[in-house]
Amino acid sequence: MIAALIIVFREVFEAGLIVGIVMAATQGVPHNGRWVSGGVAAGVVGSCIVAMFAGALSQAFEGIGQELFNAAILLVAVVMLTWHNVWMSRHGKELAEKFKAVGQEVAEGSRSLLALAIVVCVAVLREGFEVVMFLYGVLASEGIGQVAIGGACGLALGALVCFATYRGLLNIPQRYLFGVTGVMIAFLAAGMAAQAVLFLEQANIVTVLGGTVWDTSWLLSQDGVVGRVLHTLIGYSDQPSGAQLVAYLIVLAVMFTLMKMLAPPSRRQSVAPAQ
Amino acid sequence: MFRIAAAFALLAFLSVPALAQSQEITVSVKDNKFDPAEIEVPANTPLVLRVKNLDPKPMEIESRDLKFEKIVPGGGQVTVNIRAQKPGRYEFFDDFHEATTRGTLVVK
Repeated sequence: MIAALIIVFREVFEAGLIVGIVMAATQGVPHNGRWVSGGVAAGVVGSCIVAMFAGALSQAFEGIGQELFNAAILLVAVVMLTWHNVWMSRHGKELAEKFKAVGQEVAEGSRSLLALAIVVCVAVLREGFEVVMFLYGVLASEGIGQVAIGGACGLALGALVCFATYRGLLNIPQRYLFGVTGVMIAFLAAGMAAQAVLFLEQANIVTVLGGTVWDTSWLLSQDGVVGRVLHTLIGYSDQPSGAQLVAYLIVLAVMFTLMKMLAPPSRRQSVAPAQ
Repeated sequence: MFRIAAAFALLAFLSVPALAQSQEITVSVKDNKFDPAEIEVPANTPLVLRVKNLDPKPMEIESRDLKFEKIVPGGGQVTVNIRAQKPGRYEFFDDFHEATTRGTLVVK
């Protein structure tokens, strides 16, 4: 039961942080809750579908199907996060001031929500796939009973992380909120790009700059609680490769450049105060 | 002098992974046990690790030391590419049965 709790919680935790940030980042955009829960639901359904085809996925592309799949969905998430941030740098201030959008912006807002719903879906899909495979294995060998209780507790704790992240971010004054979530989303995207590169390295597709740039596992292990949180939030790695670092920096540079370039001139200051 | 050293360091950094020949090793899992539970490979050699799951249920081979995790369906097989490593002992395990299903990669 405890094992099931820990495994389910660990997987739900990461997705929970991301969902919490997305909820805060879309605060005031009409129907954000509906889009985010839609993303979660799509992720859960997607996990089950991917789990059904786990065998085929593992054999695909000469055994590197899982790596390619993970890299691909992470890169989709990076693009969606970038799109959202660019949209927010154009419209964030209006949202912050009026707390709700009207007319044309509602339509555009729902497009940005679609982008973030896809991000949520991807986050849930990645973690959900592992949970489904784990539960399937348990069902096949040990029966449900205790595991169901452990799994449900893990899920509840993960949901609590999501809620705490969201409520915590809402403590930020409204006029700074989108500035803060924008910076968080930029680092989230950079971290995901670095993870995608790791998968591509494991698939032997990215072979340049494979050396380890630094090893800080003695100082802050990526597998401890703090390391895990930082890994999810800002892409912290205790042994990154050169290629991972390059991808990380490129995404950050592209993201902040686009946000600056596309922001309406008069709003530039208020949109990205952290630059 | 420093510049020359730096240039060589950069060259080594860029070219080492491409030069090394990889080695293939197969490990199987049966009744939640790795066979063999200890694998020995030479240092600075990339490794292609084939994992055969002989149990009917899925497992997830994972290593924190080597930074990979991969689902292996019941009765299935996967390939894990591992970068060339320095000498040392690197733990791997089944994430779904972390306490019992463990193995070690010994790099010499």
